[in-house]
Amino acid sequence: MSVAEPQHSSRARRPRPRGSGPLGWSAYVREHWLGRRLVVAVPTLWLAVFFLVPFIIVFGISFSQSVLAIPPYEPLWSWLDDRVLALRLHLGNYDYLFTDALYVSSYLYSVKVAAVSTLFCLLLGYPMAYGIARATPTARSLLLMLIILPFWTSFLLRVYAWIGLLKNNGVINNVLMALGVIHEPITMMQTDMAVYIGIVYSYLPFMILPLYSNLEKHDPALLEAAADLGARPWKAFLRVTLPLSVPGIVAGALLVFIPAVGEYVIPSLLGRSDQLMIGRVLSDEFFENRDWPVASAVAIAMLVLLVAPILVFQRYQNRELAHR
Amino acid sequence: MIGGRRFFVPTMLAFGFAFLYVPILSMMFFSFNNSKLVTVWDAAHSPTLKWYGVLFHNEQIMGAAWLSIKIATLNACISAVLGTLAGLVLARFGRFRGRTLLSAMTTAPLVMPEVITGLAMLLLFVAMEQWIGWPAGRGVTTITIAHVTFSMAYVTVIIQSRLSNADDSLEEAAMDLGARPARVFWRITLPLIMPAVVSGWLLAFTLSWDDVVISQFVAGPSSTTLPMVIFSKVRLGVSPDVNALATLMVLIVATGVVVSALFMHRQEQRRQREARLAGQ
Repeated sequence: MSVAEPQHSSRARRPRPRGSGPLGWSAYVREHWLGRRLVVAVPTLWLAVFFLVPFIIVFGISFSQSVLAIPPYEPLWSWLDDRVLALRLHLGNYDYLFTDALYVSSYLYSVKVAAVSTLFCLLLGYPMAYGIARATPTARSLLLMLIILPFWTSFLLRVYAWIGLLKNNGVINNVLMALGVIHEPITMMQTDMAVYIGIVYSYLPFMILPLYSNLEKHDPALLEAAADLGARPWKAFLRVTLPLSVPGIVAGALLVFIPAVGEYVIPSLLGRSDQLMIGRVLSDEFFENRDWPVASAVAIAMLVLLVAPILVFQRYQNRELAHR
Repeated sequence: MIGGRRFFVPTMLAFGFAFLYVPILSMMFFSFNNSKLVTVWDAAHSPTLKWYGVLFHNEQIMGAAWLSIKIATLNACISAVLGTLAGLVLARFGRFRGRTLLSAMTTAPLVMPEVITGLAMLLLFVAMEQWIGWPAGRGVTTITIAHVTFSMAYVTVIIQSRLSNADDSLEEAAMDLGARPARVFWRITLPLIMPAVVSGWLLAFTLSWDDVVISQFVAGPSSTTLPMVIFSKVRLGVSPDVNALATLMVLIVATGVVVSALFMHRQEQRRQREARLAGQ
């Protein structure tokens, strides 16, 4: 798995036309297996009903109007007396998003936080992935296990652990004060920095694993050739390793950036209360104001921003899973 | 730069691992602190197991933990089946109509922000209840459906990646000998990918056990999962019994991961030894 479980693909494979399965299987399945349709249909139907249709509903409700009822939105269509179907699309929610400064600023703030955190993740994750890829095989599997281990423990509790470190009478301030470095506690909680730390901390494995599975495949002969031709190591790195690792960088960056834009738990626990991220705005709109149409419009606005990165990620993922 | 790389990369590795593990270790350490302030060490009365006792007598936490275990188990079983089917279809069925759609629907949940998925699922459940009267109200059923939907995407990726790495000559040989595809699947493909199915099951369990955002959207008033209880507690600040709970969870997971890694290591060694013997 390229996301959470890179595997050492050393087995020699014979080339195979892209996008198609092994010939034996597809031919047999096409001819013989009546259950084939069923096997395809079960997961496809599940995802269509529970993943695709919900987005269509969100899109629909974002054009509805909030009312005091259960459920708290006006149906989009209704039957008039003379059997005429009336369809009412209300654009006010989107108008509201663009005119109210709260939405625009939290939208931009989320993009900024996600971008900065992704950059920090890359700056820390790249050398780590590089180091692991260059380690001896035994050390490599141990180090990889240490990267994946926190991923199996609760995300919520790992974010919680930072409250104990960062708060005013928390571990970092206590240690620094005991050492006499500072005399007044530094305010670290509820700052942008705390959110960056939280995101980098939670998403670091997602950055390292695709980078590692890319770097691990590089042929050391390329670097030797560069050295033989007189390139200094940093130059060989910049001209050979870095360009070759771009797909890994893109995949890791997207795996961090896309979920980070909509992050809700980390800013709620560590972040500022005067500047909300868009995920928190959506959830407040939904739970506090009970305004489902505006919450849906916020979700659609977020999706519009994320649709391009998601498509790029899908292309990478498909290529990664097809070419092994 | 030779010297630079020799020092820079190990330094970053050490820093990175310290960054990953110091918060967890500090959280575990302070679970033995007697003080209610959590991070102010009360040397006179510590270490103590007081907060573990408090934890086990907290009925809200214990009830929520039991509910979470039930949902996570159910979710893991359904996700393992659906994810295996989807992974098999994507890796072995070649081109068919709907392949692009299925592959898009199994990668999008991996990166979709949870607030969007949560909102979308809830609106679906509300609409379904209006149209067909099911699911009536929200609770275990709706949480499980929502968890399966994003967990099965992860299982699919694991299975698909395992299958595209695996040699299909055994399967082809069986089919050449006249075995029907269903028999090939049960007798050859499934045993071959069983380790991947197991890790998919475990990952699906963990994802569900951990999820707070999506559960908050689709849970009903009487179904509060463990992460939801923890989240509402820690929003108010640190709490010593949460440290105790975290310590227990980290220890259980770490033991499980280490044991399974050792087990896999030994199996790999045995396979290599057999391969060597077969080669002689």
